[in-house]
This record gives sequence, structure tokens and C-alpha cells, in this order.
Amino acid sequence: MEFVRKWVQVVFGFLTNGYWAFPFTRNIYPGPLKVICAPGLNCYSCPAATTYCLIGSIQQLLANVRLSLEGGQYFFGLYVIGSAGILGGLFGRMICGWACPFGFIQELLNKIPSPKFAVPRPLRYGKFVFLAVFVILLPLFWVDEFGAGGTTFCKYICPAGTLEAGLPMIFLQPDLRDNLGYLFLNKIVIMMLFLGWSVVASRPFCRTACPLGAFYALFKRHKLVKLRLNRDNCTSCGACHSVCPMGVKFDESPEDQDCITCLKCMSKACRFDAIYLEVGGMPVATGETRIRPVAVE
Amino acid sequence: MVLKKRKNRHLLRKGPFVVIAFFLLIWFAGISLDEPGRVLEQAVRICLSCVGIG
Repeated sequence: MEFVRKWVQVVFGFLTNGYWAFPFTRNIYPGPLKVICAPGLNCYSCPAATTYCLIGSIQQLLANVRLSLEGGQYFFGLYVIGSAGILGGLFGRMICGWACPFGFIQELLNKIPSPKFAVPRPLRYGKFVFLAVFVILLPLFWVDEFGAGGTTFCKYICPAGTLEAGLPMIFLQPDLRDNLGYLFLNKIVIMMLFLGWSVVASRPFCRTACPLGAFYALFKRHKLVKLRLNRDNCTSCGACHSVCPMGVKFDESPEDQDCITCLKCMSKACRFDAIYLEVGGMPVATGETRIRPVAVE
Repeated sequence: MVLKKRKNRHLLRKGPFVVIAFFLLIWFAGISLDEPGRVLEQAVRICLSCVGIG
């Protein structure tokens, strides 16, 4: 199953970054496919990006909502929120585990041999703060004299944007190097921090700071595809704890906000068929049973 | 057969379908307001300040 997931991650990486003419055009993809959203976190200013970023777009629309209304246009971000909500209702954070290029990059970095550390659990609420403050409130209310806000998460925080768009663009367009300043330095430091952290901890950005992950986490109870726990089969052996890349203790909290439905607990850890995948309430897959519980006389 | 159908109906969770239908309505409302055009307009232009340049 892990092999399949890796391939799905690669395919989604290429689908959302399929514009390979950028070394010749030295610019981003300007075509109509960019009306489709990338399900995961993928900067739309990345030269290879063929889709738009949900987090970037919603900030742009909220930041300019006053100007739009003044111009008689009603752009509240409904198309973007609708797209994100449909994906969230279908898959929730499964998208983080299967279709997010930046999540995939973090997973690859974590394969570098090094001591591994846990991510402190209280930090996992940070992503909701980033979603509420940097993606919604600041773009809406931190406005200039003309009433225009900014894309604060992209501008000050997003390490995916620095890695996928900022760095490639300054190589493709050398003139841009004259504009580099403290803002870019700040973003480089944040990017290095998260990439370095990814080597020693599993998916730290997804767990602590990703606003898209926070949005999808809101669907943890009401998503169509989800992992379920069969308490009759669960022996609370804790095997599912050790394999989870997000630090979820599945037998203790099967509807955890951080479950990315990577299926490792189901296919790799659980020996008692206690974890299964369901679609809309219908079980569709269980892990491969290796040892069955034996009745003791 | 009837029993099996009833059992399956009982298993089906309505929550996800309600959520998806709700966001589909929002999505269509966005389309009716011509938001995809605005999204495309933003997405095809590089926003330098958004990526920390300038």
C-alpha cells in the first residue's frame, strides 16, 4: 500500500506541476488549466505549476474584497472555498497523505538517516492559528489606504512558496535578484527551518503550520473516505502508534485531526483487522491479516 | 436481499453527502459570480511579493 501511495504522490506532483517548458519561457504557466485547484499545498507561482493554490487564491480574493465590491463585483472566494470544501468533504486530510507535493517533499527529507524526534503535541494547534490569522483575518482587515490587503501567509510564512516559486524564479529571472531583501531572507530562514525539521521529525509543517491541512482537518468527522476502528478487534497493543507519520494514536483517537489516511496503521501495523477503510459508511478494505486473535479456553 | 439492502442503508453515513452538497452549492454560487475568471487572472500572473521577492 505504501508503494501505491508513493506513486500516487509522484503522479499528483507531476499533475500539479506539469508545465515543463518553463526553462525556455523563463516564466510561469499562463494557460487555462490554472482555473483548477491543486488539492495539496502547491504554489501557483511555481514555474511548473499548472493549477492554482487554494490558500494563495483565497487570500488574494479576501485581500481585494473591498476593491471588488467597490467595482461592483462580488468576489468573496466562494468558488475557492467551494472547491476546498468539496475536496475536504470527499477526502479530508487524506489529500495531505496522497496528493500534497510539499508533504511528499517532507516525507523524502525524513528518509535521510538521522536521530528522529517527536513533534510536541500542543504545536499541532498552530496550524489553525495560521489559517484563522494569516489566511483569513489579516488579508481581510490589515489593509492599506486603498482598502487592499495582502497575501500574508504567502508573503511572510509559506515555505512551499519559497521552495517552489521564490528560489526557481530568481534563477530563471536574474533581474529579480535586485529586489531581494529582508522579506526574502525571512522566508528563506522559515523554509530552512521547516526543511531541516523535516529531516529529524515527520511532516512538521503539516502538523504545526499548514493552513490547508487545518482546513481539511475540519472535515475529520464528515468526510466520505475515512479510516475506522473496530473496537471489538482492537487489543490496544499500540502497534499503530509507532508507524503513524503524524503521531496519531489511532486506537485512542480514531477521528484525530492529524490522520492523513496514509493507511500505514491498517496495512503495516495492525495484526488484528481492527482498522479498516470505509467510504460513506461502507467498509471497502482492511489490512492484511497476519495473526488472528486466538480464543483462550 | 431486502434485509441486506436495509442493513446497507443503515450503514450509509449521510454527513459527508450533506457536506459535499453544501460546498457544491457554494462552488456553483462562485461560478455564477464569475469567480473562476478572477482566480485564473490571479493565477497566471506571478505575484512577486507573495513569494517574498520585492
